[in-house]
Amino acid sequence: MKIKQRFIHKYSHWVLLSPYIILFCLFILIPVVGAIILSFSYFNAVQPPEFIGLNNYISLLTQDTVFMQKVLPNTIKYALIVGPGGYILSFIFAWMLAQIPKLPRTIIAILIYLPSMTTGVMMSVIWSIIFSGNQLGYLNSFLIGIGLITEPIQWLQSPQYLMTIVIIVSLWSSMGVGFLAMLAGVLNVNQELYDAAYIDGVSNRFQEIIYVTIPSMRPQMLFGAVMAIVNTFTTSGLGVALSGSNPTPQYAAQLIVNHIEDYGFIRYEMGYAAAASVVLLIIVWIASRVSWNLFGEKE
Amino acid sequence: MANLRATHINPDKFDKSQIKFFAILIPVAVFMVLPILFIVFHAFKPIDELFAFPPRFFTSRPTLDNFKRLFSATTTSNVPVSRYIFNSLLSTLFSVLFTLWITASAGYVLSKKRFKGKNMLFNINTLALMFVPVAVSIPRFLVIVKLGLIDNFLAHILPILAMPVGLFLVKQFIDQVPDSLIEAAKIDGASDYYILVKIIIPLIKPALSTVAILAFQTSWNNLEASSMFINDETLKTFAFYMNTLASTTGNTVAGQGMAAAASLIMFLPNLILFIILQSRVMNTMMYSGLK
Repeated sequence: MKIKQRFIHKYSHWVLLSPYIILFCLFILIPVVGAIILSFSYFNAVQPPEFIGLNNYISLLTQDTVFMQKVLPNTIKYALIVGPGGYILSFIFAWMLAQIPKLPRTIIAILIYLPSMTTGVMMSVIWSIIFSGNQLGYLNSFLIGIGLITEPIQWLQSPQYLMTIVIIVSLWSSMGVGFLAMLAGVLNVNQELYDAAYIDGVSNRFQEIIYVTIPSMRPQMLFGAVMAIVNTFTTSGLGVALSGSNPTPQYAAQLIVNHIEDYGFIRYEMGYAAAASVVLLIIVWIASRVSWNLFGEKE
Repeated sequence: MANLRATHINPDKFDKSQIKFFAILIPVAVFMVLPILFIVFHAFKPIDELFAFPPRFFTSRPTLDNFKRLFSATTTSNVPVSRYIFNSLLSTLFSVLFTLWITASAGYVLSKKRFKGKNMLFNINTLALMFVPVAVSIPRFLVIVKLGLIDNFLAHILPILAMPVGLFLVKQFIDQVPDSLIEAAKIDGASDYYILVKIIIPLIKPALSTVAILAFQTSWNNLEASSMFINDETLKTFAFYMNTLASTTGNTVAGQGMAAAASLIMFLPNLILFIILQSRVMNTMMYSGLK
């Protein structure tokens, strides 16, 4: 009993850390390592995995026409617009909000944050009614009403519109935790720095932002960037939810996440899907390195 | 000197110079909130208004019909909606409580204790901020199978407890608790556990509120467990029911009314929690910087 007590107090930090570490390993670390291992095997969820080396990657990059022609370009286009786009918008809104009094600021900040609380399901309910393909759809009815179109457009089934809609909806829901962090960051910039900057020759708001605001809130900018990356890739399954089918019509809004689900849970080619997962993880990692280089502290 | 600057951060009162910001922010806020308002109105529309052509944004005769139909509808396996809601409430409650405890204790250790490997652990966690669960859903599924959690209620709770963002925010927040406070308690003979419960946790309520909101959202909206780890209908959650409802009846107009009502039920708890705790969330965000 004594020994046990002594152990609990001597190693209290490990006792307190262990629940987090165990769960972290089980559901975050092992899955990531598992994806990397599986990606080198052929695994159909029934027979045990069979080692096939780099074959999955080779066929992903050379034989998978859908992946190279649709999925990868779509993912890159989507990520470049929604990631930096949502991020810049977050900053602009945060910066503007910081310059109005507290009560309206709080109210508007809550309104802007709201959409990020809607989940995939609720998002698809809202937007599928708005973009409904018959004349009862709100957008169709509105456009017919003002005479822009003469017959309803099948928004969510047309390859030429689907991707744009997915991007708009993602941007709409991208003002989340990162946005709040940036708002706090702008509010916390030391006011005297601005005065000092003016004495040193800064002469307008734009220069203020570039030379004072952003450098002072670098840590929050980085946190916001990381959150923007995560948000970009977690909401990327939206195309399937909106169009109601995987693959999406003519692969119009097919992103890597959908491709992984398609191969993993529809065709049961788990090894191949894992290879696609690893490619996605690499993309996420590259994106985070870029933001770290932009906003991180130089060693 | 204050007249030098063009920018006035956090002004006390309204000034003419702020009009241009309001002119941009108000339309943005309206655009953001319209789809949500639309769901609210849609949920209270009677059938004939759902079918109305041209569709109207506002509800002229609000009714609870959609909610009644939602609650009287049972799935093909005859599980009542209340059962799904009960499952959601139960799993969310446990998820939030456990997440808070795990994050607070790990955050305290990473912030205030000195031991080998501490920085490495924190760096790994910072790297894991980027973790996108969807990317590795297959190996996650295999882990659940190996642990024997298929069709076990714990599958709703365990996979979402480790929250890198939560640990990060809590640790940053504890960093600004003065060390002297903890040393004083140590001299008085307090153990780490005592310090954590009696000193740290009361001091970091804002950060814990933020984590509570994030954990609530993750758990309440969690679809992964119900759709992949659990086959038993009676153990599935409301988020799952809502998803099937939206995908099976979302194409019919009457179904849309029900889906809107269900969306509202999904959304309201998030909203209420956030409004109650928003000042604490903003307080936490001051320490959210990544170096």
